[in-house]
Amino acid sequence: MTKRTVQFKIYRYDPDKDEKPYMQDISVELEASDKKLLDALVRLRAKDDSMSFRRSCREGVCGSDAMNINGKNGLACLTDIDSLQQPITLRPLPGLPVIRDLIVDMTQFFKQYHSIKPYLVNNEPAPERERLQSPEDREELNGLYECILCACCSTSCPSFWWNPDKFVGPAGLLAAYRFLADTRDQDTNARLDNLEDPYRLFRCHTIMNCVDVCPKGLNPTRAIGKIKDMMVRRAI
Amino acid sequence: MNVAKRTFDAVIVGAGGAGLRAALQLSEAGLKTAVLTKVFPTRSHTVAAQGGVAASLGNSTEDNWHWHMYDTVKGSDWLGDQDAIEFMCKKANEVVVELEHYGMPFDRTDNGKIYQRPFGGHSMNYGQAPVMRSCAAADRTGHAMLHALYQRNVRANTQFFVEWMALDLIRDADGDVLGVTAMEMETGEVSIFHAKATIFATGGAGRIYYSSTNAFINTGDGVGMAARAGIPLEDMEFWQFHPTGVAGAGVLITEGVRGEGGILRNSSGERFMERYAPNLKDLASRDVVSRAMTTEINEGRGCGPDKDHVLLDITHLSPDTIMKRLPGIREIAIQFAGVDPIKAPIPVVPTCHYQMGGIPTNYKGQVVVPKDGNPNSPVAGFYAAGECACASVHGANRLGTNSLLDLLVFGKSAGETVVEDFKSGQLKLKPLPADAADVSLARLARLDGQTNGESVFDVGLEMRRTMQKHAGVFRFDNLLKEGVQKMGEIAERAKRTEIKDKSKVWNVARMEALELDNLIEVARATIVSAEARKESRGAHVRDDAPDTPENPNGRDDANWLKHTLWYSEGNRLDYKPVNLKPLSDDVEPIALAKRTY
Repeated sequence: MTKRTVQFKIYRYDPDKDEKPYMQDISVELEASDKKLLDALVRLRAKDDSMSFRRSCREGVCGSDAMNINGKNGLACLTDIDSLQQPITLRPLPGLPVIRDLIVDMTQFFKQYHSIKPYLVNNEPAPERERLQSPEDREELNGLYECILCACCSTSCPSFWWNPDKFVGPAGLLAAYRFLADTRDQDTNARLDNLEDPYRLFRCHTIMNCVDVCPKGLNPTRAIGKIKDMMVRRAI
Repeated sequence: MNVAKRTFDAVIVGAGGAGLRAALQLSEAGLKTAVLTKVFPTRSHTVAAQGGVAASLGNSTEDNWHWHMYDTVKGSDWLGDQDAIEFMCKKANEVVVELEHYGMPFDRTDNGKIYQRPFGGHSMNYGQAPVMRSCAAADRTGHAMLHALYQRNVRANTQFFVEWMALDLIRDADGDVLGVTAMEMETGEVSIFHAKATIFATGGAGRIYYSSTNAFINTGDGVGMAARAGIPLEDMEFWQFHPTGVAGAGVLITEGVRGEGGILRNSSGERFMERYAPNLKDLASRDVVSRAMTTEINEGRGCGPDKDHVLLDITHLSPDTIMKRLPGIREIAIQFAGVDPIKAPIPVVPTCHYQMGGIPTNYKGQVVVPKDGNPNSPVAGFYAAGECACASVHGANRLGTNSLLDLLVFGKSAGETVVEDFKSGQLKLKPLPADAADVSLARLARLDGQTNGESVFDVGLEMRRTMQKHAGVFRFDNLLKEGVQKMGEIAERAKRTEIKDKSKVWNVARMEALELDNLIEVARATIVSAEARKESRGAHVRDDAPDTPENPNGRDDANWLKHTLWYSEGNRLDYKPVNLKPLSDDVEPIALAKRTY
C-alpha cells in the first residue's frame, strides 16, 4: 500500500480558549505502515500538537484510547483505518463530561466501578500456599476478568446516560459478577444486597449496546442476566 | 506561578506493578501516602505483560529457588548482584501466593494449583532441561496482576493522584530527597509533594528506540528525573531486545508462545535455534535468541519479500491449546500481523523491550550512590523499584517472567523499608529549600516562551532512529562512537523544542515535551555507557569483542566485571563492583562460567 490521504471530522474543544465545541475538518497523509486509527491520530498530532486524546499501550490492553468512531464506541488502536467510511467522524465518549477534545472526565465511570467493591473478599486466615480452585471453576472467570475499563460499554448504554449516578452500568456490573462468580470469594450476599435496588442493577433493559461495542468481545449483558438469576434464586 | 504544597508521609511516583505493590505496604501500615500517576493505574504498562511471573512453586515439575537463582545469575551473564538475586528468588513464592490471595485469576492445574509453563532460560537442575516456573493467567498475566493489585489498593483506601505527571525530584543541600514537583494534567497546575520518603516506580524508557514493544507512556520519567538531580544511572547500556515483536508493528508476542511449544523458523523452514542453543533451543535466553534471529536475517535467511523477519510457528499446536493458553496472542496476531496463528505462522523480529539498568538500588529498595568511599551509600528519603530501578537482579540480560517478579518483590521490599524507617523515627520531614520548584517552573516557562524551536515529534523521531541504528542487537565501535556524537547534538536540540499548544488544560504537547527531556537522559546514558564498555556481555555484544578462549563469548571479566554508573552532569562515567556474594549462607556464590544454552 502506498501513501494515502484520510479525511477526518473531529470534535474539538479547549475550555482555555474555545467558547464552545466545534467539529474540525482535517486531513492527514498516512505512511504505508499506518494501519490503525491511532496511527493516523499520531500523524495528526505531528501536524497539530493541540489535538488531544489519551493513548498508551497501542495494543488494546490498557483501555486509554476509547472514543466514538463514526458513531460507535471503540478503541483507536484496534480500529483499522481502511474499515472506516470517510470523513472519519471522531467524538469523545458520549455521556461523560468533556475535559478537552476527545478526553472525557471518567470520574463517574470509576465511581460506579468502585461502588461494587471490586476486590476479592475472603475472611478466612490466608493459607501458606495458594487457595485451590479447579480449572472448571477458574473457567467461570473467563469473559469477565479481561475487562480493560475503557468505558466503551457504559458510555454506549442509554440507561447509563440517563442515570450515571444511580445505575452501575455494564462495566461495573461485569466486574460485580466477576467476584460473584469466583469460588474464592465469600461476600455473595453482601454483593447482591449492594445491587438490590431499582437502579443499580435493574436499570439494565438488555439493549445490548455494551456487547456490540466491547473491544475485547466481552458480554456484560450475559453477566447482568446471571446476577439477576442469583437474585431470583436467593429470593425463593 | 503559585505553587501549592502538599505534605505526606510518603509519595510514590508511578502506579504500575511496583508502585501499587509498594503502595499496598504503606496504606496497610497506615502511612499517609500519595500515589502520583500520569495514567489511571490500570493503564500502566505492567498491563501488557503476557507470559507469566517466575516462582519455584514446583506445581508441575520439581523446582526450588536455588535453581531459579542459578538461572538468573547465568542469565545476567554474572553482572547481576547475587545478594539481590538470592533475595528475589527466595521471596518469589511468597509474593506470588499473596497475589493469588488478593484474587488474581491464575490459570489452574488439574489439582487446582497455580498453572505454570516453561519459559526462556529457566531450567531444572542447573541448566539440564526446561522447568515449568512461569505462573500464568492465560497470556494476560500482567493485566490480571495489575488489576488485582489495583483492586487490593481500592480495598486499602490508597490515595491516588490520577493524571498527575511528576516533573522533578527535590533534593536539599545535603543531597537528601524531599519529594517531587508534579503537574496536574487537567489544570496544568504545579504542586510540590513534600514527603519523608519518595519511592520511584516509574517504569522503563523503551521509547528511546524506534522499534519498541513499549507503550507510549514508557518514557523513563523517574530515570530522567533522578539523572537530572545528580543520581547516577547504572548499567544503562543493557537493553533487552525481545525476540518476538510483530514485524512492522512492534507489538509483543510472549515468550510463553515458545513455552507452549512454538518454534522459530527461517526462510527454508528450518528450526534454526537448534544450531545456536542445542539444549534449550527456542527457549534459550532472550539475548541469545534475538542474536540468532538477527544473524539469520543478516545472512539472507529471513522471510518475506524483503527477507527482514523470521516466523514464529504454532500451527502444530491444537487449536484448543491456543484458544485456552494463548487467546490474547491470537487476537494480537490477527489484529497486527493479519494472520490467524492457528493456520499460519506469525512474522516476528527482535524488538526493544526492557531496560535492565536504571536507578541504582539495593535489595531493600533504597537508592544507593557512591559517597565517601562507599559505592552503595543510601540516599536519605529515596527509594525505587521495578523497571526504573537497578537492584541489580537482571544484570546484562533479564530472563522472561523475572520482571513481574522483580516489581512484586522489590515493590514490597521498598514499601517495607519505608514503613520500618518511618516507625523507627529515622525518616524526617526536612524543611523544603526555597527554590524547591524553581527547576520545574523554569522548564515550563522555557516551553511556554520558546519560539523558532523544533517540534518535539521531529527531535524525538531523530533520537529513536539514532538509538535504533547505533545501539541495537549487535553493536559496532564506529557506530557507537558516531552515536555518542549524534546523541549529544540531539540533546542540544531537545533544549530548544517548541510546542504550539499553550493551553493549561490537558496539554498533551507539553507532556510529550517534558517526557522527551527524560528520554534524552536515558538515551545519552545508554549510548555513552555502551560505547565505553569494550566487551560483550549479555545483551551488549560488540563486533570487536568476539568469542575467544580467554574471553568466552567476548566477555572480559578481568576488566569489565563491574557496574557502569553514568552521571548526567558532565556526561561522566564511573564504575562499581558487582556483588558476587549471596545474601546468606544458604547458598554458595554462583561461580563465573561461559554461558551456553
